[in-house]
Amino acid sequence: MNPKIYEMINDRAFPTPFCPGCGHGILMGAVLRAFGELEWDLKSTLFVSGIGCAAWIPSPHFKADTLHTLHGRAIAYATGAKLFNPRLKIMVISGDGDLSSIGGNHLIHAARRNMDMTVVCANNSIYGMTGGQVASTTPLGSMTTTTPKGNLERPFDLCKLAEAAGATFVARQPVATPIPLTRTLKKAITHKGFSFVEALSPCPTQYGRRNAFRTAFDMIQGLKNTCVSAEKAKGMSVEELAGKVVVGEFVDPGPK
Amino acid sequence: MELKKSKGTLAAGWYFMQGDEACAEGALAAGCRFYAGYPITPASEIMIRMVTRLPEVGGAFIQMEDEIGSISAVIGAAWAGAKAMTATSGPGLSLMIEALGYAVITETPCLIVDVQRAGPSTGQATRPAQGDMMMVKWGAHGDNEIIALAPWSVQEMYDLTVKAFNFAERFRVPVFLLADEAVGHLRETLVIQEEVEIFNRVKIPGKPPFGTEEINGVPPMPAFGEGANLLVTGSTHDPWGFRKTQDSAVQARLTERLVRKVRDFKSEVIEADSHLLEDAEIGVVAYGFTARAALAAVKTLRAQGVKAGLLRLVSIWPFADEAVAALGRRCRKVFVPEMNRGQIAGEMTKYTSTPVIPLPKTNGEVIEPAEIVEGIRRNL
Amino acid sequence: MQESVGKEKKPATIHLNRKWCKGCYICLEVCPKKVYEKSSEVSEKGFQPVLVSHPELCTRCLQCEMLCPDLAINVEKGE
Repeated sequence: MNPKIYEMINDRAFPTPFCPGCGHGILMGAVLRAFGELEWDLKSTLFVSGIGCAAWIPSPHFKADTLHTLHGRAIAYATGAKLFNPRLKIMVISGDGDLSSIGGNHLIHAARRNMDMTVVCANNSIYGMTGGQVASTTPLGSMTTTTPKGNLERPFDLCKLAEAAGATFVARQPVATPIPLTRTLKKAITHKGFSFVEALSPCPTQYGRRNAFRTAFDMIQGLKNTCVSAEKAKGMSVEELAGKVVVGEFVDPGPK
Repeated sequence: MELKKSKGTLAAGWYFMQGDEACAEGALAAGCRFYAGYPITPASEIMIRMVTRLPEVGGAFIQMEDEIGSISAVIGAAWAGAKAMTATSGPGLSLMIEALGYAVITETPCLIVDVQRAGPSTGQATRPAQGDMMMVKWGAHGDNEIIALAPWSVQEMYDLTVKAFNFAERFRVPVFLLADEAVGHLRETLVIQEEVEIFNRVKIPGKPPFGTEEINGVPPMPAFGEGANLLVTGSTHDPWGFRKTQDSAVQARLTERLVRKVRDFKSEVIEADSHLLEDAEIGVVAYGFTARAALAAVKTLRAQGVKAGLLRLVSIWPFADEAVAALGRRCRKVFVPEMNRGQIAGEMTKYTSTPVIPLPKTNGEVIEPAEIVEGIRRNL
Repeated sequence: MQESVGKEKKPATIHLNRKWCKGCYICLEVCPKKVYEKSSEVSEKGFQPVLVSHPELCTRCLQCEMLCPDLAINVEKGE
């Protein structure tokens, strides 16, 4: 339906290295569609990423300037590039562990500074590339290779973290609902200031297999079942909200 | 390396300046227009000067949340087209080592000033040392041919900073200015010329930015926003930047070229001063602030009838192997006063079988000429 | 889903890139009209790509295209 996205990719990098059913692939499509619908010129857009599966979304798949950096450091590299050339439009795409664990410090400071960039956090609640270790976003009780008896640590609420640090656009959408995701991405991209989008993106191979999701579709369905929009959540009781994940645009100053 | 003249950023003339300040001015004269840093004694003065001066020349400045953020921002800015730098000391440099490796494999030109202080670890923040000589070369994992220069005066804090930027641009490599707290906080006269000679990175649109036909070539370097669709990555990559983490031939070629692009041309970089070496029998090798005392010591020894001479290392890496070997052939003993436990002395033994006698001093104080004289006389 | 009365349904053309498809079958499961089936073929990369077996049933809801992690599906208006 949108052949434009096929002009924005490096063919030779496909098929992608992602696992079958990887949510990051769905996110990749949503990001490209967002730029396509905005009729954005990728020539002046810089994609920065760290280390991890999500960091391979832009590099080497996007036909644009890409900066594939070190684990946790994407935002810091992006800060330097943006400061020296403010005309560059910056999108950071990286994973939850990369951005909020090892990279947590750079995340909160860039948010505090309201640096003009869009940070897309592909949250699969695990360290996928290294074989499935617990992350700062892994739900309580989840099985991972470093929590073989179930995770004992509470996870971050990344949106609350970004908001508290000062981000001026904060949103969360699951890849299971690509239309709201693309719409939110477009808002984040056009927002002036620090925008943070947490994309809930399933990892069937490392998370799914260990936590009773038999197929990639099961995880997509799971996201649809647990995600509830912010509007709907307002009318729900605490008991009804137990186990649910609230999604939507939490901080949005609206169009200027 | 073909240099071109560039008008300086300060009026020509005589100045009385602190070493750290002179370094900042040298950077601006070389065309540095981006600084990202974090406060650390004894390097903070460089940052403090840059924050005022950079906006005056149209540059950008940021104090980052930590040293890792600082070096990261420097590399990001370099790829956005900037001559970029940071300044730190031992503890901060330790945090930057991972990024140093990234700059090596991505061939990012940048300047890292290390105003060395007494270590290891927090050590003595306000006291001089020369303990990071090996760290800059071997701190990052894997092989590299980084360039490091050691200034011995406020004038050299300026001049060698210009030279360091030129080497960074010429070889697309991170370059170190290995200062120490003594020369960093020293105040001396500095002569600034009307013009400086600078080198800018080569740009050839359409050519691969990460590989050359020659096994020792330096590729051209586009910037973000020029339509090059750059693929900058710290993974092993082909000449266009595509990751090749399973390709042995690509890894072999990349690792060899990253070293040989500097090593094969090290004669362009290696610089050492000779003082009273023509008929010397006792050699002294020194660098940085210590070389000042070494020169005084050599003159004292001459007055005492000892045929001593000084080889002052201006460049530390690549190492002045031939100059050291030649010194070893001329002298019957070589002494190496350093504010560390013998780091350069040890390196020298690779290139000469003449006895190399370290004169280490690591009490957080500079080495005095009398101490060097005494150390040599005791071992004649 | 009811078809509009009096309006002729334009068929869809579903382009499936069998070289990119990894046989995750999200499209198959999410399709409300059962357009897809599992194929018995094995691709060059060792995957069993999905098969577009009933394109005439497609309503162009685009869920398969948007949820395909490999950008392997492109749903266009048919002739």
